[in-house]
Amino acid sequence: MKRSPPPDDENPGVPGFRHWRGVYLFVFGCFVAVVIALTIFSHHFA
Amino acid sequence: MNPVDWLVLLGTILGIAGYGVWRTRHTDHLDTYLKGSRNTGWLTIGLSVAATQASTITYLSLPGQAFENGIAFIQNYFGLPLALILVCAVFLPIYRKLGVYTAYEYLGKRFDGKTRLLGAGIFLLQRGLQSGITIYAPAIILSTVLGWRLDFIIVGIGVVAIIYTVTGGSAAVNLTQKWQMAVIWTGMLSAFGILLYKLPDQATAIAGAMGKLEAVDWSLDADKRYTFWSGLLGGFFLSLSYFGTDQTQVQRYIGGAALREGRLGLMFNAVLKIPMQFFIVMLGALLFVFYQFQPGAPVVFNQAAWQQQLRGGNAAEFRALEDRHTAQHADQLQKIRAWTAVRENGDAAAIAAARDALQQSQQAVQAIRAEARKALEEAAPAAKKTRDSDFVFITFILTQLPHGLIGLLLAVMFASALSSKAGELNALGTTTTIDLWRHLRPLAEHDEAKNVRAAKWFTAMWGVFAISFALFVSFQENLIEGLNIVASIFYPTLLGLFIVAFFLKKVGGSAVFWAALAAQAVVLGIYAGGKVWPAHEIGYLWLNPIGCAAVVLFSLLFQAVFPHKPFTEGNEANGA
Repeated sequence: MKRSPPPDDENPGVPGFRHWRGVYLFVFGCFVAVVIALTIFSHHFA
Repeated sequence: MNPVDWLVLLGTILGIAGYGVWRTRHTDHLDTYLKGSRNTGWLTIGLSVAATQASTITYLSLPGQAFENGIAFIQNYFGLPLALILVCAVFLPIYRKLGVYTAYEYLGKRFDGKTRLLGAGIFLLQRGLQSGITIYAPAIILSTVLGWRLDFIIVGIGVVAIIYTVTGGSAAVNLTQKWQMAVIWTGMLSAFGILLYKLPDQATAIAGAMGKLEAVDWSLDADKRYTFWSGLLGGFFLSLSYFGTDQTQVQRYIGGAALREGRLGLMFNAVLKIPMQFFIVMLGALLFVFYQFQPGAPVVFNQAAWQQQLRGGNAAEFRALEDRHTAQHADQLQKIRAWTAVRENGDAAAIAAARDALQQSQQAVQAIRAEARKALEEAAPAAKKTRDSDFVFITFILTQLPHGLIGLLLAVMFASALSSKAGELNALGTTTTIDLWRHLRPLAEHDEAKNVRAAKWFTAMWGVFAISFALFVSFQENLIEGLNIVASIFYPTLLGLFIVAFFLKKVGGSAVFWAALAAQAVVLGIYAGGKVWPAHEIGYLWLNPIGCAAVVLFSLLFQAVFPHKPFTEGNEANGA
């Protein structure tokens, strides 16, 4: 029998994401990308 | 300001407030009054979260801070996305599952009544203190620049916020914040566009050469106020406290049709917050470049206070400072032009020499400006209540923007004051109703109409308190720093209570209660120690992890030493 997902991990309803874990990873990825971009920006204009 | 500006300003501010009152005038269900409409979508929640966090200080002081010290302040927000992920994954589902109105209700379910009262008390104390600052901070700057009476501005902002917040509660706050954010970003983008149009070529390179674009500092120096590490760790704990345990934020996202709406609203902020703040600090850095090319750039931006001195007994001293600044500023402009000219030739030695000359000239200008500020503060002690950099952006607005846009940008300042003030009053009224009044009068819980009436009265009471506090208390510290310092003193203990509640299931109410009091004493001791012995002062952001860790450690210790009151209620509250 297929297990139902836990209630706090319901489908986020965001295209391309089936679980909230994926959304969190995406947000974390955005954060890393922003920090890298800001570091490059700082070095470029230092 | 001309009639067009007045029309835009009053039309925008009163129009949004009136719309909020009209749309939510029949809000008589406690759930809607305290949590907002059940139909609230994720975008409204996301905008409401952002509007509550960003007060006028964000839009007035932050560009000035970047003008003065560069954009390194952006690192303060590095912990925010990670904290929001944790709030989404752990805090929010539990709040939703238990159906609580306030975060502190959860502490009561997880621990006991006294811990709930302690959490609510810490929140009311620190947010109550801040409520005076958040209304005073924009009012003092706008009053100085516009020449309006300070008490009129304070009472005006306070009364408008009280009217629509009391009328519609959370429903009105969510609705008005959405439109206020639209006004704020329309105004900020317009100002940015005009600034870009007025900037010289190579403006970003010039800002970089003059040390304004160092966004990320990877050094491990604990004495530096803003580094990647202090921003990531301190900012993480500060954001986790603010978004996870401060009712002003919790109230914004626990409503909505489903758990999904609150989560997406928070993730919206997690993705966009740093870019939004980057935009604001870049505005400040580019304003710096703009003023390097203005021949009549002021030595001090608080021109109202400065002009007063030029008309007084010390006029000769102040005029001499102004003349020295004009001469040195012209020299600096020459050095900037020399640097940009050799930069295009590509000769590395010549570029380095030109840059050294530019930096020396910049230091000389800075020294004169510091001297001028000191002279002004000595001659007019009232000038100490604000930082000169707080006047940079508003000076640009009033002197460089066309009429109509001046009104819109002033509407930005008032809209941001109202949006953060309304969120604050809403949370203070809710916490007082649910965690104090209803906790002490449990029978009142069943009379919904009486609860709504009580919430309205308490919201109005906090509004009057904030206005009175802003009118009668003399603030000395710089305002944005003051807000963050107050938060960093009280938040760690509050966060510690929630960390223990969520993750240490063996710790009971008495252990965590006394641990929180002990940790608060430690944080206050470290802060006071830093003031007495400045050589040992640490950056205030570090108080967040230290205080939170102290609550956790003391809780474990007290639970081990006094294990006679084991935790029993938590399994139920955590759904474990």
